[in-house]
Amino acid sequence: MKKYTDTGKNDTRSGFGAGLTELGRTNPNVVALCADLVGSLKMQDFIDENPERFFQVGIAEANMMGIAAGLTIGGKIPFTGTFANFSTGRVYDQIRQSIAYSGKNVKICASHAGLTLGEDGATHQILEDIGLMKMLPGMTVINPCDYNQTKAATIAIAEYDGPVYLRFGRPKVANFTPADQKFEIGKAILLNEGKDVTIIATGHLVWEALQAAEQLEEKGISAEVINIHTIKPLDEAAILASVGKTGCVVTAEEHNILGGLGESVARTLTHNHPAPQEFVATMDTFGESGTPEQLMEKYGLNAAAIVKASEKVIKRK
Amino acid sequence: MSDTQQLQDFVTQVRRDIVRQVHKVNSGHPGGSLGCAEFLSVLYQEVMHRKEGFDMDGIDEDLFFLSNGHISPVFYSVLARSGYFPVEELNTFRLIDSRLQGHPTTHEGLPGVRIASGSLGQGLSVALGAANAKKLNGDSHLVYSLHGDGELQEGQNWEAIMYAAAKKIDNLISTVDRNYQQIDGCTDDVLPMGNLVEKFKAFGWEVLEIEKGNDIDQIREGLNKAKSLTGKGKPVAIMLNTEMGHGVDFMMGSHKWHGVAPNDEQLEKALAQNPETLGDY
Ligand SMILES: Cc1ncc(C[n+]2csc(CCOP(=O)(O)OP(=O)(O)O)c2C)c(N)n1
Ligand SMILES: [Mg+2]
Repeated sequence: MKKYTDTGKNDTRSGFGAGLTELGRTNPNVVALCADLVGSLKMQDFIDENPERFFQVGIAEANMMGIAAGLTIGGKIPFTGTFANFSTGRVYDQIRQSIAYSGKNVKICASHAGLTLGEDGATHQILEDIGLMKMLPGMTVINPCDYNQTKAATIAIAEYDGPVYLRFGRPKVANFTPADQKFEIGKAILLNEGKDVTIIATGHLVWEALQAAEQLEEKGISAEVINIHTIKPLDEAAILASVGKTGCVVTAEEHNILGGLGESVARTLTHNHPAPQEFVATMDTFGESGTPEQLMEKYGLNAAAIVKASEKVIKRK
Repeated sequence: MSDTQQLQDFVTQVRRDIVRQVHKVNSGHPGGSLGCAEFLSVLYQEVMHRKEGFDMDGIDEDLFFLSNGHISPVFYSVLARSGYFPVEELNTFRLIDSRLQGHPTTHEGLPGVRIASGSLGQGLSVALGAANAKKLNGDSHLVYSLHGDGELQEGQNWEAIMYAAAKKIDNLISTVDRNYQQIDGCTDDVLPMGNLVEKFKAFGWEVLEIEKGNDIDQIREGLNKAKSLTGKGKPVAIMLNTEMGHGVDFMMGSHKWHGVAPNDEQLEKALAQNPETLGDY
């Protein structure tokens, strides 16, 4: 199996911060907004270098989304920053009407997604945001897997004209993709070729999927691992090609089983090539306080859970 | 309990509970919690009319809603020490499988909590609904709520503030923790809100100010005054001028301690400044 090395754990939100800082230097149209969470979103460097291109709106996310929409009228490329919960559910209709329906070039950048923000607990742990965002016509939904990829994605979405939801997180996770990668929106990345099962993962669960593939190899199971960083538009061709070969699939995401990547994959398969699928996701539940590791374990979102799901789905072929 | 020294002892113990909870899990919000220790202690120990035990509907008793849910450490300590759940349970703050979630929740059934909070700006609306229900039930007890000052930047508050006066919700006393701090800095640097007293007044509220929001006597006096203003056709607001981090010298007056836990050495310092009174859990 192909070897991937963790070059040092890092948080994906810092990848966003680094990408934004670079955009500040290279693209004069990029502006940033934040709702009293500058430190959490790692936006300080951008602010220091471009104070006039930063808008602190206070704790007022709905207003922030409206202002961002307005800034696009006049050619600015606004990047909004707050937690995933307050980037989506909190402001859904503002996004729906003023950004998605109006076709505005706003980049909704959301940190602290999912359970692994940890101790703050369920009020902050949104597990429904991918679903909310992917249901909006015209919205692009991206959930990169590590620091390097989040930085690359941040830079790439500035080049793309249209609303984007960029999802990342708080915990330090393995950093294993190339620092110099070019991020292609909507293009799945085949990380490991295999023949018995396809594991399709998004976000930091991609690393867990690679760990799972190693463990499966020891058991004599050959797993293909695909990094789906873009949930919408979904790279259906890559998924169908892989499942056509392996005949079954496990999807893995830090999100509710309802409305997430898994359902998008299931729909693709049902339309084109029905195949057994197992879902590694949260099972229609809210989260709770705890350390990221404890929560991944309790809610079944780690490599062990992917291994189990893979063994199960192979038996269903 | 009405003696000020006794209440001061209660507050000091609450301060210990706050820093110990946050230190243990190296996360949580000590600053706002410390600043509201006196207020919540006076409210629960002296002012609110509370029944024995806890039931969700809270008929024939006063209700309290914490809108700025991040100050859960002070809320949990005051609830536990007011008899809602065992004080030892403070040991489980923010741990997995705990009822003491990072932000208060009804999901795990913690007695004393009637609504989840943590996502800011929603508590006043809930308090209004509960106040409406009390009126429908012919229940003359009051509804209290607490809000951060930064939290008032959320627009929903102003919808609720408008509604409260328009609908003459006069069985409600809403307090603003006016510490002039929020996460990114001083409220006046992040997004100045101007004169909040005048804003509430302009929206049709009865407003009173507690100049020293960490002074037990002033809080007692202010809350009793506020109570006397209820039932007269207007909602009542209290502008409570507190100090973030009050009672722990190195945490005082700075937004830096909004959501950061003390290390071992800092914990010892904080505890030394607040000697044990009612007994640690
Ligand atoms: C809707 C929402 N947006 C953002 C946050 C993140 N947040 C938590 S506390 C806080 C600052 C609150 O300031 P204030 O109400 O003044 O409380 P204090 O810092 O004084 O305790 C922010 C922005 C949140 N919890 N909810
Ligand atoms: Mg404040």
